[in-house]
Amino acid sequence: MEKYQCPDCGYVYDEQQGCEREGYPAGTTWEQIPEEFPCPDCFVREKPDFETLEGGK
Amino acid sequence: MSNAIIQAEHSPVTAEERKWAIAKRYWYLITLIVPAILVLSAVMAMESNSGQWLWLLTVVFFIVIPVVDFIFGADSFNPSEDEQEALKDDSYYKKILYVATAFQWIGLASMTCVVTQGDFSWFNILGAILSVGAMHAVGLTMSHELGHKMNDKAQVIAAQICSACSGYAHFNIEHNKGHHKDVATPEDPASSRMGESLYKFALRELPGAARRGWGLEASRLKRQKRSAFSIHNELLQSMAITVVAYGVMTYLLGWMALPFLLVTAVYGWFQLTMANYIEHYGLLRKTLESGRFERCQPHHSWNNNFKASNLLTLHLQRHSDHHAHPTRPYQLLRDYQDAPELPHGYPAMMGMALIPAAWRSIMDHRVVEWASGDMNKVNIDPSQREEIFRQFHNPDITPRNNKAKAA
Repeated sequence: MEKYQCPDCGYVYDEQQGCEREGYPAGTTWEQIPEEFPCPDCFVREKPDFETLEGGK
Repeated sequence: MSNAIIQAEHSPVTAEERKWAIAKRYWYLITLIVPAILVLSAVMAMESNSGQWLWLLTVVFFIVIPVVDFIFGADSFNPSEDEQEALKDDSYYKKILYVATAFQWIGLASMTCVVTQGDFSWFNILGAILSVGAMHAVGLTMSHELGHKMNDKAQVIAAQICSACSGYAHFNIEHNKGHHKDVATPEDPASSRMGESLYKFALRELPGAARRGWGLEASRLKRQKRSAFSIHNELLQSMAITVVAYGVMTYLLGWMALPFLLVTAVYGWFQLTMANYIEHYGLLRKTLESGRFERCQPHHSWNNNFKASNLLTLHLQRHSDHHAHPTRPYQLLRDYQDAPELPHGYPAMMGMALIPAAWRSIMDHRVVEWASGDMNKVNIDPSQREEIFRQFHNPDITPRNNKAKAA
């Protein structure tokens, strides 16, 4: 399972945990996340801005 | 004051600044003092039976703070990287806001009690409404600070309770996900346009923000496969707190409490509208070739660095840094040297915004300088477009000073 980080606030999207509060259940892969997905903490960076932390494609 | 031009980021900190930085920690308690003033004025009005006391916080907000700003001037202290590390995790700063949230409710309850139980003139009741509205403005600033800390459940809940005090349930959702995304574009109901009066802006912003807040929360719940009217709707949760609390106060204090609470709440929203009005007036992000707007930059927010009003607004006036890093706690926010600068702190600017002609005479030329005279770079009220182009469009002028640097 891979992790992706918001370059502004440091939020980490972990595929294993997903982001329940935004409606992306545990196990949701990064590929399944829509392109316009904003960082669920700072909301000023979107999916394409995120940096791969480990094992990401 | 002219010393609003701030030192370069890495200039050495003077002994005086060091002293101020230490004192500042305690000056943030002003957030507690605001509702305490309201309680004091309520008690004094009852004890002395003179309703003029109900005007106290209004006078502090619109007169005392601007005067103190004028006397004490700008805050030249910016925390260094090391200091930011230490300040970042100091829970003292958020605890002030938790206590202040409780104080907000006490302030509202005591004023409602005094207005409904005492025998005051309409004029003094107006003072009470404006004073509670000023407290709500500070309350929504606190709620704003708390509501940005999405990764801390306690702060998110405190934000909901704090927004509920003025019945502004959709604020945190709408602000984080809507305003921060669309800021300084024509698409944002919470960014004011050049030529747009405060009153016209309010009629666009208040319903626009409410609609956007509801839409954002409904789509979040939809992704969670829940109904928009589910118990998990954070907007409805906050609204429920308001309904219960206002209901209890009305039950205990009589029917007159309800119109007072509703009018003060709506005036509180209007105070927030005034803040939104001044924060991005006329500023516009460029449209990129992709059709998207460029990312929000420091020059897309109006700033002010006066000491007193910055304490009162939890550094919200260091607005460029806030938009650059929305999750950064208030005690860390820094002044950007090249960001557009307002001539006065928020309370004084709010007072001026109430008089559209005064506002435009102060702000329009600043927007023109910011855009180097190219009005295509400005967020303009469509109904004023022709007139503003005729009057101001002159792309060849150069900016007069670096605080109003062009995009």
